[in-house]
Amino acid sequence: MRKSLFVILVLALLIPLSIAAAQPPAPLTELGPGEGQVDIVAWPGYIESGETDPAYDWVTSFEEETGCMVNVKTAATSDEMVALMNEGLFDLVTASGDASLRLVYGGRVQPINTDLIPSWGTVDERLQNAPWHTVDTDGDGVAEHYGTPYQWGPNVLMYNTDTFPEAPESWNVVFEEQMLPDGESNVGRVQAYDGPIYIADAAQYLMFHNPELGITNPYALDRDQFNAALDLLRQQRLLVGRYWHDAGIQVDDFINEGVVASSSWPFQVNLLQADSQPISSTIPQEGATGWADTTMMHINAPHPNCAYLWMEHSLSPQVQGDLAAWFGSVPAVPAACTGNELLTDTGCATNGFDNFDLIRFWQTPTTSCGDERGDVCVPYYEWVTSFVAVIGGR
Amino acid sequence: MTETGITLRAAPPASLWRSVLRFFYRHPNATLIALLALPLLWMVVIYFSSILQMVLVSFYTTDSLSGRIIPKFTLATYQQLLQPANLDIILRSVAMAAAVTIAAAIVGFPISYYIARYARGRTKVLFFLGVMMPLWSSYLVRVYAWKLILSNEGILNWVLAQLGLTGVLDAVLSIPSIGGASLSTSYIGMFVVFLYIWLPYMILPTQAALERVPKSYLEASADMGARPGMTFRKVILPLAFPGVVAGSIFTFSLTLGDYIIPGIIGNSAFFIGSAVYTFYGTAGTFPLAAAFTVVPMAIMGVYLLIARKLGAFDAL
Repeated sequence: MRKSLFVILVLALLIPLSIAAAQPPAPLTELGPGEGQVDIVAWPGYIESGETDPAYDWVTSFEEETGCMVNVKTAATSDEMVALMNEGLFDLVTASGDASLRLVYGGRVQPINTDLIPSWGTVDERLQNAPWHTVDTDGDGVAEHYGTPYQWGPNVLMYNTDTFPEAPESWNVVFEEQMLPDGESNVGRVQAYDGPIYIADAAQYLMFHNPELGITNPYALDRDQFNAALDLLRQQRLLVGRYWHDAGIQVDDFINEGVVASSSWPFQVNLLQADSQPISSTIPQEGATGWADTTMMHINAPHPNCAYLWMEHSLSPQVQGDLAAWFGSVPAVPAACTGNELLTDTGCATNGFDNFDLIRFWQTPTTSCGDERGDVCVPYYEWVTSFVAVIGGR
Repeated sequence: MTETGITLRAAPPASLWRSVLRFFYRHPNATLIALLALPLLWMVVIYFSSILQMVLVSFYTTDSLSGRIIPKFTLATYQQLLQPANLDIILRSVAMAAAVTIAAAIVGFPISYYIARYARGRTKVLFFLGVMMPLWSSYLVRVYAWKLILSNEGILNWVLAQLGLTGVLDAVLSIPSIGGASLSTSYIGMFVVFLYIWLPYMILPTQAALERVPKSYLEASADMGARPGMTFRKVILPLAFPGVVAGSIFTFSLTLGDYIIPGIIGNSAFFIGSAVYTFYGTAGTFPLAAAFTVVPMAIMGVYLLIARKLGAFDAL
């Protein structure tokens, strides 16, 4: 019996555990023929092939032109995207700013050669050298580009217009206990985003209302600032019935659960308005956090040529405009804002094109504060465990 | 097979197939190995090796920025598991699993008793279908349906309002720590949904155990002057108890590991299942997720030992 147990143990341990790390290849200098497919990790709704709605299709034409079949794996959170890229096997990922630097420093993505992407020059100048994808990793003084900007947008304050005849001016409706304009308390009637990065929303609120904390960047919080943000979130915990991470559940909660205000994405606002619900959204005086996504390429991308072809395709005004209309986001290519049937010429303004400066984009918190404070900031790892504790009522 | 049958087939040529058959006939141990090899390999590779690797990974830790696993033996992950916030998650899950199990036993026993001892013919079929049918429909659909039933503007609140019982509901929901803004965002609502979802797993083994109690025992008990209550306490309950314990293994372990219901009903507080889902599936911190998975394995190990003492496996 003991012998057979030993055999079983040995057999079990022989099964290989990890894949050996490979040397990073240098960026391509010229494009070869497509490899026939490209595998992409993307946010839900980001890469549509007309299956949900035939009018929204920016995959089929690409497949016909290039012969690269597109396979999409959707991921619901930034953390999930990082996990999928750590597994390998994918070519591209539509990484938000709170994932992109983790991928860069983790050695999971490769710098791209912008010369191979003819449309690079059409990208919004505000995004071309954005710090969440432009990093000087080899230390030669010239920053490398880790991918092409895809879309961006704000985390808006979504509210019920029956409860708020006027748009709320401050995020305090979701942070401080108070009477709402309809004469009832906000306890149990507001929601917040169910993700560690939401700590930045609290920090941004404190940045405006508690200047003595000296917060300059809601993603670079030293210990005192971080604790103040957690205290605010603990106070918010008493108001929030349920945190949202699934867009569908949040939509249902606004319809059936009596939720009247929450941080949200334009995506849910569009869904609820399409359903004729009394819903609108605003960016309050404190500003808003937001996401800016970048199409990044895996260090060992199995189909690099198709990946480059997709990055070029993803910057075409048609794709950018259609996607912005579908997702409620803002195109990374300003040319997409005019002449797109689905987005219409007012679409960019509606989705927040002019609010770029009001938005503090998601980025990965690291121990390095990125300013004269040095390495005293709280890293993302602690954001995760602290947020789990706050949601658990601690 | 008869003697004649064999002699009649003696003619075919000595093929490879025949020599293979002969080999296995002469070496009964080889037969055993050949039959068991595939299932054993499956067992070892798919079950044991994955569990072992999971336990192994729980002794690793992750790099805090890039989230990549550092494959070096350390107890840091288990230290992390013992932080108050994570202990909360474990306690919360165990408390919910215990509450659901006890409630399922209390609700399930009378139903099982009725099915086993009184229901006959069509009624029995009807009861069986009633218990089993929900198991054939999608789990997700049933949970989402409950979200609608329990929601603030859902049918249950409407019915209570019609009956003038809104005050009672508010009083229940104002109970500290298990209450909430509405049934669908409170632990009470989550408890109701868990109870609904796992109840069939309690009823079926309990009912099977009750069926096995011989009628003659009950008659003998009555003949010796025991009242029905005493017969129930002294004869039926002890004989059916292993069935209840067997059912409780299902309700307890299923509640302990579930991650879907806490994601849809309740106040977003983490349970073991949702913590594993978050740390593994979305945060990519495999070591912590693995350590969290070891917890219910340990709890269930103890639970099964106790269940064995209580005779839950005697009928196996």
